[in-house]
Amino acid sequence: MSLDFKPGAFNGFFRDETFRDDFTYRNSPEGIRRFPFPFDRDDYMYSVNMEPHTSGRKGSVFEHTFDVDEHYVSEMIDRAKVLAEDPLRCQSLPHMTLAGWDLLELIMESKARDYPQWFSLTKDGNRWHWINRPLGIDQTFTFLDESTLPYGPFEYITRQTQGDFSLQDERDNDLWMDAGMITSQADWSLDFDIGMSFMEWHAPVPLAHEKGIFDRALKFLLKLQHGAPVRRFNWTMTVNPLLDTAPETYPKWGPTRTTLSQDNMGNKMHLRVELQALFRLPRSNAVAFSIRCYLGKFEELVTVPKWGRRLHRVVRDLHPDLAAYKGFLRNRDAMAQWLSAYDDGKPTSPGWWPED
Amino acid sequence: MSGGAKLNVRVAEVVEVNALIKRFRFVNRDGSPMPAFSGGSHIVVEMDDSGTRRLNPYSLMSDPEDRAGYEISVRRDDAGRGGSLYMHNHVKPGMEMVISYPVNLFALDSRARKHLMIAGGIGITPFLAQIAQLSHLGGKFELHYSARSKPLGAYMDRLTQAHPDRVHCYFDDEQQTIDLGRILSMQPLGTHLYVCGPKGMINWVLSTAEKMGWPIHALHHEEFLAPGTGKPFDVELAVSKKTITVGTTQSLLEAMEAAGVDAPYLCRGGACGQCETNVLRCDGQLLHRDHWLTPEDHASGQKIMPCVSRFEGKTLVIDR
Amino acid sequence: MTKTEFPPAIKSRPVYGVLAPRPGALHLIVADGDGAAAVTDLLAKASDRASMLASTHIIYTPGPDGTDRSADLAALGAAQCYRAPTIPTLLPRLQRVLIDAHMGTQFYLAGTEGLIGQAERDIMATGFPATDIQKEHRGSTVRRVQCVHCKGITENVATDPFKCSHCGLNLYVRDHYSRRLAAFQGVNIDAEDPGQIPQSVVKFK
Repeated sequence: MSLDFKPGAFNGFFRDETFRDDFTYRNSPEGIRRFPFPFDRDDYMYSVNMEPHTSGRKGSVFEHTFDVDEHYVSEMIDRAKVLAEDPLRCQSLPHMTLAGWDLLELIMESKARDYPQWFSLTKDGNRWHWINRPLGIDQTFTFLDESTLPYGPFEYITRQTQGDFSLQDERDNDLWMDAGMITSQADWSLDFDIGMSFMEWHAPVPLAHEKGIFDRALKFLLKLQHGAPVRRFNWTMTVNPLLDTAPETYPKWGPTRTTLSQDNMGNKMHLRVELQALFRLPRSNAVAFSIRCYLGKFEELVTVPKWGRRLHRVVRDLHPDLAAYKGFLRNRDAMAQWLSAYDDGKPTSPGWWPED
Repeated sequence: MSGGAKLNVRVAEVVEVNALIKRFRFVNRDGSPMPAFSGGSHIVVEMDDSGTRRLNPYSLMSDPEDRAGYEISVRRDDAGRGGSLYMHNHVKPGMEMVISYPVNLFALDSRARKHLMIAGGIGITPFLAQIAQLSHLGGKFELHYSARSKPLGAYMDRLTQAHPDRVHCYFDDEQQTIDLGRILSMQPLGTHLYVCGPKGMINWVLSTAEKMGWPIHALHHEEFLAPGTGKPFDVELAVSKKTITVGTTQSLLEAMEAAGVDAPYLCRGGACGQCETNVLRCDGQLLHRDHWLTPEDHASGQKIMPCVSRFEGKTLVIDR
Repeated sequence: MTKTEFPPAIKSRPVYGVLAPRPGALHLIVADGDGAAAVTDLLAKASDRASMLASTHIIYTPGPDGTDRSADLAALGAAQCYRAPTIPTLLPRLQRVLIDAHMGTQFYLAGTEGLIGQAERDIMATGFPATDIQKEHRGSTVRRVQCVHCKGITENVATDPFKCSHCGLNLYVRDHYSRRLAAFQGVNIDAEDPGQIPQSVVKFK
């Protein structure tokens, strides 16, 4: 396959690594320290857990609107490969083009502001000039004119942005998932779910409906205002640093769940954290979900003593329906066993920061 | 996050459109572009009316792609609580004001094959922004706009000039009425209907469409209620541990804000649902004026929308 | 034969009601198999049956189990009544009628999920709100299932698990339903343990 961009540099900062085949992905020591560990206490149950998506601690994944980290270039190469194999992973229903432009503007303006060393955006009216140095892209185009870009606006910008994206159209007091770029998903199919309402696409999630989580979340999101984005965490577990755990390819990656042992657990099992940020888009009144996936090997996470203790307790005590839904019920005991070596029973401090 | 994100603006222009309507243009104080918005959005304008804080919602009427400024049109209501009078009498070019980010409770359905718009009087304003947006993006629309008289038909000239085949105007004083039955019978499948204007007009359009078999999810309307006036009443705020008095020309929401109680809101017109509050004890009559709560909610006496609804009786305790 | 009762399921699984006459300039009825009985019940409820029939267009096809009640429908005396041999031959006629239809058209769908889902999909494509289409399930509960792996659709699935008619994988049938595809989702059941396939049972009749 060919890439439509020329990766400028794996120099120094951006790692040259794979999320398939030989799986060379790993986090640098600095990368581990800034990992968004999602558990602020020693147990876990669903909650709406939304907070304003405002600029957070310097150096953390919350510092900027769209976090660009050491995996950026390699993740974008992986996305291009997934799309070459299956273009249905990126779809936008015809009425969502304007929302795609809204998202393109949001991402370009944010990245050019937050990372001027890598991205630049200059405007002459609707004539825009975008430079993405890490990916070697230099593009001049006309804002709101699809014919001036190599892809639709939604696909164009999400091929250059880490994390999955979906765009929700608001109609009839509901949010309809009518566009998505979904190549690093926790086992759900865009091609199947596109066009569904908020309740419909969350239908397979156990326990949360009964607790009224989705009713409250929808009510909250319908009030989401432009200029006031919010964020929340979600998480699951993945064997190997495989971004693309799609139902489409489940027969290929499903069997890896049977390959775990106490010897390879630390390297093969990954905590998969989704940092979900939600934005009201201005021209389309749509809502953008950015679903950013961070992968951390068990052996990397336990280098932070607090996280080792806590991860053990969460995995050990999780409700079995949730472990089944997250796809690790069959391995849960082995995971807890491996993690128990890093839990000395000492109390943990509240919050998720490593040093607190 | 009561009211959400705010914009600090300066009044750039005040234009007398006709005997009843003035147009106001706001620009960012620091000269930066205004946020883009979607046609049908409104903003909440904050006013300091010699000590009384007023927050009124107004539809944005300017072209959403005009990032240099926002425009609203305000119809003077001499019998109202004073918000429109304040805008007409006190707001001058150069004044600094605070407005909310745009919020859209009257959005176009982007999948519609065609948009059929029906406007009465000042109800034309959201359609002006929607038509501008559709003109950029190539959407199909048809507008039927009625006003009391030619002089009061704000913006009719610019609309008919720009879209002579799509805009149809009607004047009450010339006994012209919209032939609704004929218009509704001719629309292609996938048309969505939007109506904004006086309450009587909205009811007439919606009930006619329903009788003709239009699906309710293709019918959209927007009507901001003014909070209205009423007898003063006392309310106990259980969470804040305060008892406040709501004055004759004040809303319950405004009275809470005046007492320093932070309460959520978006539209302040009984439409968005943001300020919905549980009623803990009620010995008397809740005077519901919103169109957010269901008739069952109203009958239950367990919820109130403080932005427009009032109370008469002995004791009211709410969960705020 | 009355309205089908389904067990409680997840929120993406379609729910069906009972057809009731509503005002409209055109009553467009699409039905298959035992759905014909829902259509005769619907017309029996009309306050002015003659005038409703005068603006009714019925498009019908026999059910997946062979049930053919087209004679009952023809006897109603609707302005237009058409029997298509199969669902794939029925849909082009529906699509043609939708091109000229106006707002004020009432839609009534009755019969199996495969027919209802595909008719609903075509009506939705015009921009008409899906929630305002009336649907009543009657007759066979066999399912139309999309294989999430090869994207192939297998019609009239009766057993769970079943073999995908396109790629041959063994699939279990979820209640997760896509209105856009008019299909339930089928997922490989033995991916993690190849060859370990539970006994297939008839779940949908």
